[in-house]
Amino acid sequence: MSTPTPSTNPLLRAWYDKETRSVIVQIIAAAIIISFFAYIINNAVVNLAAIGKDIDFGFLWQNASYDINQHLIEYSSTSSHFRAMIVGLINTLLVAVAGIVLATILGFMLGVMRLSNNWLTQKIAYVYIEYVRNVPLLLHILLLHGLIITALPRPKGSYNFSDTFFLNNRGFQMPSPEFQSLFWIVGAFVVAGIAFAWWFSRHAQKVQDTTGKTYPLALINIAAIILLPLIVYFVLGSPIEWDVPALKGFNFKGGMVIRPEFIALWLALSFYTAAFIGEIVRAGIVAISHGQTEAAQALGLSDSRTLKLVVIPQALRVIIPPLTSQYLNLAKNSSLALAIGYMDVVATIGGISLNQTGREMECMLIVMGIYLSISLIISSGMNWYNNRMQLVER
Amino acid sequence: MTMTKETYAPGTHPSLPPPNNTVGIIHWLQKNLFSSVTNSIVTLVSIYLLYLALPSAINWLFIDATYVGETRKDCAPEGACLAFISERFNLFVYGFYPAELRWRVNLATILLVLAGAAVLWDKIPARKHLLKFALVYPVIGAWLLSGGLGLEPVGTHLFGGLMLTLTIGVTGIVFSLPLGILLALGRQSNLPIIKYFCIAFIEFIRGVPLITLLFVASTMLSYFLPPGTTFDLLMRVLIMVTLFASAYMAEVIRGGLQALPKGQLEAAESLGLNYSQAVRFIILPQALKISIPGIVNTFIGLYKDSTLVIVIGLLDPLGIGRASVADSAWLGLSTEVYLFVAIFFFISCFGMARYSLYLENKLNTGHKR
Repeated sequence: MSTPTPSTNPLLRAWYDKETRSVIVQIIAAAIIISFFAYIINNAVVNLAAIGKDIDFGFLWQNASYDINQHLIEYSSTSSHFRAMIVGLINTLLVAVAGIVLATILGFMLGVMRLSNNWLTQKIAYVYIEYVRNVPLLLHILLLHGLIITALPRPKGSYNFSDTFFLNNRGFQMPSPEFQSLFWIVGAFVVAGIAFAWWFSRHAQKVQDTTGKTYPLALINIAAIILLPLIVYFVLGSPIEWDVPALKGFNFKGGMVIRPEFIALWLALSFYTAAFIGEIVRAGIVAISHGQTEAAQALGLSDSRTLKLVVIPQALRVIIPPLTSQYLNLAKNSSLALAIGYMDVVATIGGISLNQTGREMECMLIVMGIYLSISLIISSGMNWYNNRMQLVER
Repeated sequence: MTMTKETYAPGTHPSLPPPNNTVGIIHWLQKNLFSSVTNSIVTLVSIYLLYLALPSAINWLFIDATYVGETRKDCAPEGACLAFISERFNLFVYGFYPAELRWRVNLATILLVLAGAAVLWDKIPARKHLLKFALVYPVIGAWLLSGGLGLEPVGTHLFGGLMLTLTIGVTGIVFSLPLGILLALGRQSNLPIIKYFCIAFIEFIRGVPLITLLFVASTMLSYFLPPGTTFDLLMRVLIMVTLFASAYMAEVIRGGLQALPKGQLEAAESLGLNYSQAVRFIILPQALKISIPGIVNTFIGLYKDSTLVIVIGLLDPLGIGRASVADSAWLGLSTEVYLFVAIFFFISCFGMARYSLYLENKLNTGHKR
């Protein structure tokens, strides 16, 4: 055995020094990364020049000259591509927000059902969750869309709900409100009610902290936000007129319609995500040790207060991080709208606009940028909420 | 035994039979379905809902269904039209792969099962040799499917149906795991350039939907290649799907890495192991074990996401289903077709989930209660 003699070669010695080596490795890595990007960007420039294209976002202000069947803001085929993109973005956000709300409600229900001590409900929830989780979302969307198109009747034989709501294969027809001039007073009362409820909740908390007295908080807040504006609404003589849909020829006129594509996409996204949320909720509740419930009972809390004050606040801490990623998934999955022709941001700017103008590079950059921003916004919002819910430690 | 008062020595008293109301079917019903008033109401409502849904569904799917026929007219209108599925079965399995060459797909599938069994099941005989085979299987499989080197070449535009799903799924699974491990290690690295590159890559991929990446693959990727070169659409899709899955894989594995106490790496270093040895022998075996459920979930997600290729015109079972729904001889069959495809996906994904449970139990060397 001989002890290794320190090398006299300075390069080799540098390599054996941890600090120096990490610098060398990083320089090499940076060189590889930079040259790779330089190479593909150079390729792109050469390729674009060869076919006479450039990167230019000016096309956004040209006429889009295509129709979008669901637009919440003013839009016609003479509007610009930029406006088409905004319409698509609003449609994406609409289905994402509606989906998140419904998925959360269904998911919490499923999670509670999975933990129910009723064997039947437990098994129903289990079968539902396993079926939905193990089948691709795109398939759910296409299946639901197909069902709506083929299984629901034509407008002539619509399901009729007291002559105001109609369900058929063109969608769900319902009355649309037309606000009269006095309606702003009702709106002002709602805003004032919300402001009051916010102030009153804080006040009630303060009173409870100092004196231990509690108010019927929920009742008072509901009265302030809903009841008072409702009374004002009727006192003013109902300042909303309803435009009720009616069958004229082969289709409905008047009112507004929730289109089958939206219904299919919204329900499929919600059902699918709800299955995952259900499992997350179950795991979160199971993670709370039984001692917590027992301690709450020993303190004399009722079952519902145990759930509300002890179990749920702690379970939420476990639930929120994975819940965030489910919300993110739902928002991103809404891009599958493309498959059934719901005009979301991918179908408008990334689909028809792209094909019309041939500006793949710009359109895809915009679409990716939009999704990245949505992801960032949702995750930072949930991080903020998560931080508030976090255990305050010493 | 007599009915008189007997005295027993301590510990010899014979056990009494359990009380009647704690055994048998009545007790089970009482405990699980009718333990309280609310519980009973819930049970009755559930039974009523099942009664509404199940009989008509079973009638439609099995009893009134038509299994053989040439066109839509051969099918009974009140039942499911499964004749369509049997008529198009080969299309669903092989896509447009030439009929006389389908033995190659079959052979590749059999070999895949063999290689998969060697990797997944440790009691298989001659596992050592089979594992070596599994290592070279991707090359053999690719050769069998696409031809060349003595076999008649088959263009990838003819790939379709289940074989396309399997191709994308298996390729993605095989390559995304090692790539994900590298990315996760890179993200944990204390070399800032590597670390931030990995973070940027992972967060970018996770922030955009797969659909946009597939669009990039199908429309724009050729811009970034040297002028004049193009390569196969399926190849581009495979690369994108693998990159996409590897970013998610990296996050799952990072969870496993973070769960390990720092002392593990320090102990390994103090024993004189260098970084790569420490990672291979100490860190990864433990971290991967912790992250098995997440890894399998990512695999399942990747497998399900392979259906998205239909938006860029590849025909997996779902794509074939969607195209055949529009066939004029078979109008209005979407429910049957999609249910059939759903069953296929359910079986494979549920199987993967069960396997992950088995693996978790097998590798659970911790203290069991």
